[in-house]
Amino acid sequence: MITGLLSVALGSVLGGMARYFISGFVARRVGETFPWGTLSVNVSGAFVIGIFGALAQDDNSVFASPNPWLFAVTGFLGCYTTVSSFSLQSLALAKEGERGLSAGYVALSVGLCLSAVAAGFALGGLFK
Amino acid sequence: MKASVKSGSWNTAILYACVAAGGMIGSIARYAASLLIPPLSAFPLATLFVNVTGSFIIGFYSTLTGPDGRWFATTRQRQFVMTGICGGYTTFSAFSLDTFRLLHDHLTATALLNIVVSVVTWLVAVWLGHVLANRLNRLKGS
Repeated sequence: MITGLLSVALGSVLGGMARYFISGFVARRVGETFPWGTLSVNVSGAFVIGIFGALAQDDNSVFASPNPWLFAVTGFLGCYTTVSSFSLQSLALAKEGERGLSAGYVALSVGLCLSAVAAGFALGGLFK
Repeated sequence: MKASVKSGSWNTAILYACVAAGGMIGSIARYAASLLIPPLSAFPLATLFVNVTGSFIIGFYSTLTGPDGRWFATTRQRQFVMTGICGGYTTFSAFSLDTFRLLHDHLTATALLNIVVSVVTWLVAVWLGHVLANRLNRLKGS
């Protein structure tokens, strides 16, 4: 219980800082009219969770035990990806009158994240 | 010049610390929710719960502390609450994996239901939080 909590805490500290770094870096590079930063974070996080999800199916994998999963998935990837910023950005685009961009952002986020998790799962399956 | 560069990187370090501390609080709350809320016949209710409540909170807080907001919050406080707590509390990766697992287990209808219900309730929640805070902002007196 305590080691589980510590695993989540440690993973989340690293995941939160990684999200802040990557989303800021992408936003500065490509501009902030469209939320590419948050999209990059969510899609890359979905890809990696797909890999870990595939590895965890193997009972001999490190991710089949609780603490590595709590650190890497619940802690790091859970904190690295975000729905709250996604929702706020979708609302902001819609309020600015950019309804097409808002709908496009929602569709692109859901479509790319689901494709990324499937691709990650397929890749992780090769290394089982 | 040198002093301003130094204070700039110090300020950045503080912002990272705010995001890290908030992210830890939000993630532990999400972990607690995942332990307390069981799936509803394969439907990933815990993930939906954190993403909906987190969207509501960020909509409410960002409007309440925004340019026309009733509450003043520093950039650090906003990063702590929004990027940190709300960002750590909500998760797009678990939503993606939950949905993928449902598809993988041939629970296609549940997977599609999860996608539609999630996206609609996240957006309604952030909008409700925003509208509620706007009402508070317009109340007389402060």
